Amino acid sequence: SFGLWGITLLMGLLSVFFVCLFFSSAFAVDRGNFKTCDQSAFCKRQRAFKPGQSPYRALLETLELSDSRLTLQLINDNNKVHLLLELYRLQGNMTRVKINELKPLKPRFEVPDVLIAEPPTDLSVLSKDDNGVVLSLGAESQRLIVSARPFRLDIMEGPEVLLSLNSRGLLAFEHLRLRKDTNKEEDGLWEETFKSHTDTKPNGPTSISLDFSLPGVEHVYGIPEHADDLKLKTTDGGDPYRLYNLDVFQYELYNPMALYGSIPLMLAHNTQRTMGIFWLNAAETWVDISSNTAGKTVFGKMLDFVQGSSEKPQTDVRWISESGIIDVFIMLGPKPSDVFSQYASLTGTQSFPPLASLGYHQCRWNYNDQEDVKSVDQGFDQHDIPYDFIWLDIEHADGKRYFTWDPHKFSQPKEMLQGLMDKKRKMVAIVDPHIKVDSGYKIHNEITSKDFYVKNKDGGNYEGWCWPGNSGYPDFTNPEMRAWWASMFAYDQYEGSMENLFTWNDMNEPSVFNGPEVTMHKDALHGKWEHRDIHNMYGLYVQMATAEGQIQRSGGAERPFVLTRAFFAGSQRFGAVWTGDNAAEWDHLKISIPMCLSLGLVGVSFCGADVGGFFKNPSTELLVRWYQTGAYQPFFRAHAHLDTTRREPWLFGPENTALIREAVRQRYALLPYWYQLFFQAYRTGMPVMRPLWVDYPKDTATFTIDDEFLIGSDLLVHPVTEEGSRGVTAYLPGAGEVWYDVHTFQKHNGAQNLYIPVTLSSIPVFQRGGSIIPRKDRVRRSSACMENDPYTLYVALSPKKFAEGKLYIDDGHSFNYDTKKEFIHRSLTFANNALTSSNLCPDCNFLTSSWIEKVLILGASKPSKVVLKMNGKETPVDFEFDSSMSVLTLRKPGMNAGDDWTLLLQ
Amino acid sequence: MTCLHLLLTLVFAVSLGTPVEIQRPRGVPLTKKQFYEEGKPFTCLDGSRTIPFDRVNDDYCDCKDGSDEPGTAACPNGSFHCTNAGYRPMFIPSSRINDGICDCCDTTDEYNSGAKCENTCKELGRKEREVLQKMAEITKEGFLLKQQLIEEAKKGREEKQGKVTDMQENKKQLEEKVEALRTVKEAAEQPEKEAKERHLKAWEAIRLEKDKAKMAEAFLELDDNSDGFVSVSELQSHAELDPDADGTLTETEVQGLMGGAAQVDTSTFESVWTNIKDKYHSESQPEEPAPVETPPDEVKEPAVDNDSEPYPEDDISEEDDEDEDDKDDYHEDDDKVRVNIEKELSFDFGPDAEFTYMYSQCYELSTNAHVPRIWGSWSGPENNKYLVMKYEHGTGCWQGPNRSTTVKLTCGKETVVTSTSEPSRCEYLMEFTTPAVCQEPANTEPSPHGHEEL
Repeated sequence: SFGLWGITLLMGLLSVFFVCLFFSSAFAVDRGNFKTCDQSAFCKRQRAFKPGQSPYRALLETLELSDSRLTLQLINDNNKVHLLLELYRLQGNMTRVKINELKPLKPRFEVPDVLIAEPPTDLSVLSKDDNGVVLSLGAESQRLIVSARPFRLDIMEGPEVLLSLNSRGLLAFEHLRLRKDTNKEEDGLWEETFKSHTDTKPNGPTSISLDFSLPGVEHVYGIPEHADDLKLKTTDGGDPYRLYNLDVFQYELYNPMALYGSIPLMLAHNTQRTMGIFWLNAAETWVDISSNTAGKTVFGKMLDFVQGSSEKPQTDVRWISESGIIDVFIMLGPKPSDVFSQYASLTGTQSFPPLASLGYHQCRWNYNDQEDVKSVDQGFDQHDIPYDFIWLDIEHADGKRYFTWDPHKFSQPKEMLQGLMDKKRKMVAIVDPHIKVDSGYKIHNEITSKDFYVKNKDGGNYEGWCWPGNSGYPDFTNPEMRAWWASMFAYDQYEGSMENLFTWNDMNEPSVFNGPEVTMHKDALHGKWEHRDIHNMYGLYVQMATAEGQIQRSGGAERPFVLTRAFFAGSQRFGAVWTGDNAAEWDHLKISIPMCLSLGLVGVSFCGADVGGFFKNPSTELLVRWYQTGAYQPFFRAHAHLDTTRREPWLFGPENTALIREAVRQRYALLPYWYQLFFQAYRTGMPVMRPLWVDYPKDTATFTIDDEFLIGSDLLVHPVTEEGSRGVTAYLPGAGEVWYDVHTFQKHNGAQNLYIPVTLSSIPVFQRGGSIIPRKDRVRRSSACMENDPYTLYVALSPKKFAEGKLYIDDGHSFNYDTKKEFIHRSLTFANNALTSSNLCPDCNFLTSSWIEKVLILGASKPSKVVLKMNGKETPVDFEFDSSMSVLTLRKPGMNAGDDWTLLLQ
Repeated sequence: MTCLHLLLTLVFAVSLGTPVEIQRPRGVPLTKKQFYEEGKPFTCLDGSRTIPFDRVNDDYCDCKDGSDEPGTAACPNGSFHCTNAGYRPMFIPSSRINDGICDCCDTTDEYNSGAKCENTCKELGRKEREVLQKMAEITKEGFLLKQQLIEEAKKGREEKQGKVTDMQENKKQLEEKVEALRTVKEAAEQPEKEAKERHLKAWEAIRLEKDKAKMAEAFLELDDNSDGFVSVSELQSHAELDPDADGTLTETEVQGLMGGAAQVDTSTFESVWTNIKDKYHSESQPEEPAPVETPPDEVKEPAVDNDSEPYPEDDISEEDDEDEDDKDDYHEDDDKVRVNIEKELSFDFGPDAEFTYMYSQCYELSTNAHVPRIWGSWSGPENNKYLVMKYEHGTGCWQGPNRSTTVKLTCGKETVVTSTSEPSRCEYLMEFTTPAVCQEPANTEPSPHGHEEL
């Protein structure tokens, strides 16, 4: 939520830099605060290697094969250092490639706690000769070929090469060495200085690099977090994409600079196949992308095609990390959904959030006091706008001592929380991982006495500046520390907390105002590992421990809700993520779409951007458009910087209040659909908000679209993100399919660019023909108030008069769906003029008082009679038919939402 | 499936106190009762369609305007009427029917949700009557006070207008007098000026005394071996004195500070002290403490150097001068006075100039902030713009707007600030009570009693 302006002020306190920083803090990132590849010694060193002959050779005579793995030594002919290659064939069409030193001077870091289990394996050798080994990769005639000189791996299916490793010879593994053995004192090997910060490198150079070639691939995605387009760009001539969790003040758009989180998973896609490369390394990482078609014009490509002389399009990527080992998972798809489930089998799926957290969140830095909270809460009721959570930023705590309350402004937190609970609403209070060094602060004293702080290179407690001033940083990599942290969320430890209080972890990159690149020194120590090794997963651990605390405080009964700014692979298991400190600018509204799409592709479905923009004041039009967009993104929270003017939804005149109200109401009506999608994401790893190509993988027109998106498979959203827009052109995918405008029920054909005239009230949203979406159209002041309300089913018929969908119902907040199978999961199918609800989980038990109040069938023809068949009885159902839009409305069929039934159109 | 009662029997008291049963569908106000005739087809109030009466309040929305479901939550745009006997009737959005939260004090909105609501109407009614009674008293007295204010303002205005007229007529005459008056003024100011100089001298003496004491202390501290001399090496231990701030204090640099001497005694130390006193850190006092207690975001201005004592001249208020404007026209330039009065006369002090008295007052707030003596612009609601005053375009805030203040006025016997807050960064809100906004009390006493509906 904040950023480097804190530094500006801090420095202002400390020195004369005040003035210069003060004036340079215009609304743009100060790029000079962050490293380029050239300024990062290992990146520069690695990037200086050019493709060509690799010095690495596979020693085939060392090959050993067991049931689970193949091992083989590699030798670097230049320095004779031996590496150990391990190959695993993993169930579910995945291959794992591990490369470490055969005999490192001391162990190198291997990332723990990200994989949910050791993946199961199967592997067998097909043939072996002097030049290499051929391994069978399961059923689909897939083979893995190990070439010996130079070392290279090729994964093939039939005659096609799907993916090659070290094909450009960029494998480079800096082995651990003694300083005295270093021949020349090359810059940055044993020490590196950036700005005023020196990184002592007691282990010397430890970086690793490997290249991958993807023949036939022109589109690669993923590796968030970057404020850039969905489709990754080539990095020739510029910096590689950087993965290094950083608190970037007022980040700029459309560049490969690192941001708050890192997920080292890249997806490669073409019309035939989707694949994934998961680079399991938590150190600073850079990713280079090049393509043989990137420079070509469309005309050039056409010419190649016509002449038939074209080389095959190919994308090459190179991963470079500062330390650790090479541990890569190759996911071979082939469908997008296969890659999602493959990755989910490794790192887990999205946690299933409490239903209320899918509602609207009202945040601001800061709601000043309890009175303020109360009046904002009342404002929502006065203006009849639903919301579920109100948030408190850092000012709520006593001097930024987290887990406490300001004794004057928030003297009666339980009274405040009870007031919200009476309206079935909830609160989030921030708990950051920097702990004020203050002997009067319980949390600090306990961490000190338990020796849980991260250590500096000299072994003392690491201290840095953050919001409270001088702060310590708990070592979240330590499981004992995490267990202690979790115990701090118990109701008797966290005074003033109640069951409707949830948590927000900010600044967990970690942000250190006076540290190098505003983060922790790489030579700080987490037990025996350097911060360098674990940096990108610090934030994951903070959220993990916090979510665990919330689960524990309820004795394991209630689902947690924790928002994090920093994240890593696996973070999806612990809660929601937002895109950090954006700005009230149209481009920031636009970028929220590719940023959340990229996160969805790599497992993090619960993503959102600060509605309205964090820095600066949005124009009224921008604010309205942002609400309209945010209402259709997974995590829907408005937030604003301390220095902005107030922007609660009713402060911009009755017309704009009405527009915002309408957007929020659309969100609430669709909550049953969102909830069911999150259940699917939790079960299967399918992203909730997804790019069009995920559902239309053969339609090349969808491959670069990132100004519109799908929610599940059935809703297509093209938000208006241009100032003064009078119309948008939406691409409706799917030849032979139809889409229905959800507001007018107008039917449109698929596989076309559709121009949609818009006014300020327009949110272009389409429902896919062939889908059934349950809604709760009785929108109330919070999601919990709607718990027992009836459903309306929106049945959108395909041209073949078919539709299907799902309905999921549970208590909305507990783990009983998991532990006691207390949920309703129903399949809704429309075929042969009959709409049927059937049970997808016969051994589940949950009772609901919700019923079906209405069924709308879009694209229907007029029946003469409609009959409800249930429990062997038939009863007539009233209906209306709108012939102009072909909409059939069944009036009050009235069955319970958990029942088996059929509605027959005759 | 939920099946709801079609009709609700409502019992309430009419003015005679006789209980009369009036049947109408749930959630319908009495004023609309005639549209809901039992057994007869119901026409949506917007006329859009007609439905059988059994579809009124059957928990399914048939009318676009929501009028067929006044007592259920079925229509997104419906509203529910609660009678709230004993208090005041009200409409709530129908989305609040049976949502588990008590909205109507008579509990009628939660008839099927299991929420345990208590009827609080009588209590609310009693409280409201008390408040209204109190308000009526305040308004009555406040309105009387307002009349006085209007009277005073009228007089004051006439005086000032007269003054301006006089001034304009006698401008020439006054100009001639200016010289003479100036002499008089200077004579009158002489004692004040002398007092000021005396004060300055005294302050300077104190400052010198303090400096001397500091110097003596420093000498004793520096003279590590207590031989009565401060030597080069003794001074060199104080790295903070490093003139080129390169991190080391060389011997040459120390000699420079000591004017070339190898050692100095107490008398010659004075010249050395002048060279070092700005940088010198006392050994007995800790280094400047790290500003731990100051959260970075609360610091808006560079810290003030605590060591140098500012001459307290700033405290001699300039506001005093301004406040004398309309008292003493010989003290100031006449033209300025005239312009000020004209300016003042041009301000909007309300329809009867009842706000005039506020102009020359400055209200102390609990926070010690001041209302600047400027007149903002009235920006209340259309029916009474004099309820809110806005002061805009104050000094700028870092990354924020220019400071602005909104003052809300409510009727009261006294002119007092009842609350101050900063709802948004650099936007302040003050609430005042003042007789000047008290409206003439209505002829009839307000009696909420028995006025619910009929």
